[in-house]
Amino acid sequence: MLYFIEQCLNGIQLGMLLFLLAAGLTLVFGIMDLVNLAHGSLYMLGAYFAATFAIWTGSFVAAVILALVVSALVGMALEIVAIRRLYARSHLDHVLGTFGLLLFFNEAVRLIWGPAGMTLTLPPQMLAAVQIIPGIYYPIYRLVIILAALAVAALLYFVVMRTRLGMLIRAGASNREMVGALGVNIKLLYTLVFGLGAALAGFAGVMQAPILTVQIGMGENILILAFVVIIIGGIGSIRGAFVAAIVVGLIDTVGRAFLPDLLGHILSTNAAATLGPALSSMSIYMVMAGILIFRPEGLFPAASR
Amino acid sequence: MIKTPFVAAAALALVAGPAMAQQKTVKIGFISTFSGPTAVIGNDMRNSFELGLDHVGRKLGGLPVEVIYEDDTQKPDVGVQKTQKLIESDHVDFVVGYIWSNVLLASLKPLVDSKTMTVVTNAGASQLAGERCSPYVFSTSWNNDQTPEAMGTYMNQKGIKKIFVIAPNYAAGKDMAAGVKLTYKGEVIGEEYTRWPDQLDFSAELSKARAANPDAIFVFYPGGAGVQFITQYVQAGLKGKIPLYQVFTIDDLSLPRLKELAVGIPGAQEWVNDLPNETNKKFVADYIAKYKKRPSFYGAQTYDAVGLINSAVTAVKGDLTQKEAMRKEMEKADFKSVRGHFTYGNNHIPIQNFYLQDAVKEGDDYVLKTVATIVKDDQDRFHDKCPMK
Amino acid sequence: MSASLERPSLDAAADARLTGGTAIAVAVIAALALVPVYTTLTGNAFLLTLFTRVLILAIGAVSLNLIMGYGGMVSFGHAAYLGIGGYAVGILAKEGIGSGFVQWPVAVAASALYALVVGALSLRTRGVYFIMITLAFAQMIYYVVIGLDRYGGDDGLTIYRRSSFGGILDLNNKTVFYYLCFAVLLAGIYLVARIVNSRFGLVIQGTRANERRMQAIGFPTFRYKPACFVIAGALCGLAGALLANHANFISPAMMHWTRSGDLIVMVVLGGLGTLFGPLIGAVVFLLLEEGLSRLTEYPDLILGPILLLVAIYAHGGIEGLLRGRRG
Repeated sequence: MLYFIEQCLNGIQLGMLLFLLAAGLTLVFGIMDLVNLAHGSLYMLGAYFAATFAIWTGSFVAAVILALVVSALVGMALEIVAIRRLYARSHLDHVLGTFGLLLFFNEAVRLIWGPAGMTLTLPPQMLAAVQIIPGIYYPIYRLVIILAALAVAALLYFVVMRTRLGMLIRAGASNREMVGALGVNIKLLYTLVFGLGAALAGFAGVMQAPILTVQIGMGENILILAFVVIIIGGIGSIRGAFVAAIVVGLIDTVGRAFLPDLLGHILSTNAAATLGPALSSMSIYMVMAGILIFRPEGLFPAASR
Repeated sequence: MIKTPFVAAAALALVAGPAMAQQKTVKIGFISTFSGPTAVIGNDMRNSFELGLDHVGRKLGGLPVEVIYEDDTQKPDVGVQKTQKLIESDHVDFVVGYIWSNVLLASLKPLVDSKTMTVVTNAGASQLAGERCSPYVFSTSWNNDQTPEAMGTYMNQKGIKKIFVIAPNYAAGKDMAAGVKLTYKGEVIGEEYTRWPDQLDFSAELSKARAANPDAIFVFYPGGAGVQFITQYVQAGLKGKIPLYQVFTIDDLSLPRLKELAVGIPGAQEWVNDLPNETNKKFVADYIAKYKKRPSFYGAQTYDAVGLINSAVTAVKGDLTQKEAMRKEMEKADFKSVRGHFTYGNNHIPIQNFYLQDAVKEGDDYVLKTVATIVKDDQDRFHDKCPMK
Repeated sequence: MSASLERPSLDAAADARLTGGTAIAVAVIAALALVPVYTTLTGNAFLLTLFTRVLILAIGAVSLNLIMGYGGMVSFGHAAYLGIGGYAVGILAKEGIGSGFVQWPVAVAASALYALVVGALSLRTRGVYFIMITLAFAQMIYYVVIGLDRYGGDDGLTIYRRSSFGGILDLNNKTVFYYLCFAVLLAGIYLVARIVNSRFGLVIQGTRANERRMQAIGFPTFRYKPACFVIAGALCGLAGALLANHANFISPAMMHWTRSGDLIVMVVLGGLGTLFGPLIGAVVFLLLEEGLSRLTEYPDLILGPILLLVAIYAHGGIEGLLRGRRG
């Protein structure tokens, strides 16, 4: 039982990371109707910035804050230079254009930082596991990720539901033309939203850097998972992204932890050893396909779209 | 409207390239990964190969050398295409390289069909040692199973009673697990195979290992995944509680990223940068002088390819059409290897020593050190499946 | 999603037939027809190998264009068919069945069956949801294949003998194989042209513009769309069989999602919903890739911005650009 709780915690932690990445993606997708394959590149840049600033400043916290700011700035610059020219185009042009950006950023990172990848070292006090309830040890840093993601979720909820910017964001998501007609500076709003999305992606990159990796192409595989999350949650819905991220994180982790053993009870050891990893790899895609078959617009479809 | 034919023609000219083959040069095609995160391995191999050529005055058997580097982008289908290009378009005399087993296996057929002299400097697929061995293909590395077999032997020596195995779920990962299980005499109480290459989070597996409470964890994660695994292992608070024994997970490429985290985690390897022979000392010292970093075992194996090819070209006095004679010469492994002397088995896989290495801190630097010799003159267990005698 | 499709014209095919797009396409096809002559004269066999691959992937792009360009069904899992076609050939070869008369029909049938299942389950969804569900199915197949230990798993499988067609065709002859791929490509384009101009094709294109209206008129779009999906899948499966024969090797990498992305890029780059766009896109994309990697060690630093510029400035890809449709 304790072991089960521990694995669930692992799943929730992965889900929280996915939420950070998916929140920015779903925001940009929902408001600007932009399919952004380069979102993973912003995540990668965030991690590289943090690792670089950590070397320059020698402080983990300073590195995280600086990386956040620079990620947002890079995102806004990218929006002004390239992204805003894509809004009027079809989704397929978005795919082509942002795929081009993804290629470009990967090569640019290789040119600037080299192919070897970097390390963001944690402060030594975070390099351990604590006993959270008797019998369960959990890495401190993973707890930090969970708490940080919850804080971001709360902050996003506050910004979107309680501020003027949030009101505009909600209005923009449901009726873009009307918001423009009412005299709101849509261009500026979009730039800000994209910057916010970039900051969220960068933050996800920064937070995962000490446990996963800082290397070229790190955004691509996790980007697919983030897309799975926003599709299951319903595009444009931050609440949906939050729920779906936890669902995906739990299914992936708990599936990996228990599926092979469960199969072992039913099948021969050999068959289970082959089928187990294959099935648990597939599980989230099966869940996504299943959800879409019964709810073609995800769990929390944005009402007016 | 005239643009497309123009583009097509220009591209055609570009692809056709200069087809002028100069006589009296040794043409070597070099295939490795030069883009993406694993380019760090390809670069290390290229650096070592260039250094090796410098050391022989950029002449092999008296002939000047021309090297064509090709990037396989870590994809089998791209690798086979580049291999075909080297054979069909560049008409190379030797093909050298291959990091990945799957890229090598994809490329093996055109290499063998065209009887191109090939030196594999890393990929250790068991098929290459067994049923798909070929007279013209040599390895300067190992067979996948050999290194973990050595690790299994070492764990026996340490008296470890029960281990937990974690490896990626692909051919090399399974080879490694099979290798360790072959020699390890204790009990394997759990085996986890993780999604490859895109699973980066090992929290579920580490929790499982902790719950199983083994005496040790045996692990194999090459490249960047190794950095992630070790980092997460330390963060989970397992270091110092359940010792880790690794193969190919900590090397000279990942150590600068891991630093303190890697200290005290033993590994097995056929080459370590402090092996006390003259060739190796020169290789390591000159590499550090030229590239300002340490070479890895990938580089060491590739450096050896230069010596091996040089011995062959010298033996036939530059007549590269005498493939039989070159093959016979290469089978003698008559050159100064950085790992010390080794011999070739019937399948052209080295019969060699495996060492225990440890990561230690030296001043501000972290280095891998040889601790002991685990096995001497180890031969892979697939050689009797190879039809060559 | 449907609002963002900017060319809901029913006469897209007729359009392509009448304009200058055809002249360019004829030039490209003529150049492709002469590649073996050129390589024989210069003795550069690799060029033939390279262009054979271009032709095969162009077949995949043509098939994707049928559903994506004309039918508005954006499949982000199209590489799965390449893989299924390829594995059908590889698995049969491994089990000792070397005849192309068996291998190829099985490849086509297996792809068609897979397309039928995917289509039946996913055509209820729209837009990006459809994109992602096709991706999900392709990922599942990808992981299934990685789990096939007997057929090499992640390492892939070497095919020692190309498909044999009795004494009729010798696929080991590179020129013969090239022209076979060329013929399949032309047949594929012809098939698409016929479909697009048929009643069936007009309904499919109408569905892309406004599915509800087509249903209201009385067309059973829920039967037409899967049918179109299956035809495209079968054609791409055939391309997979060719690819397996070409490389003498199959591996899960054939159906990695980035390969599906490449196919989409080829179609959009060349010109979505045009007859010859996918061919031009495949030729340009693959030659750019090959050419740039020889010019510089950082090819994507150039390729990336090119794709972005095409997306921003060229309405309807290269085809559109050549015809002067600028954004």
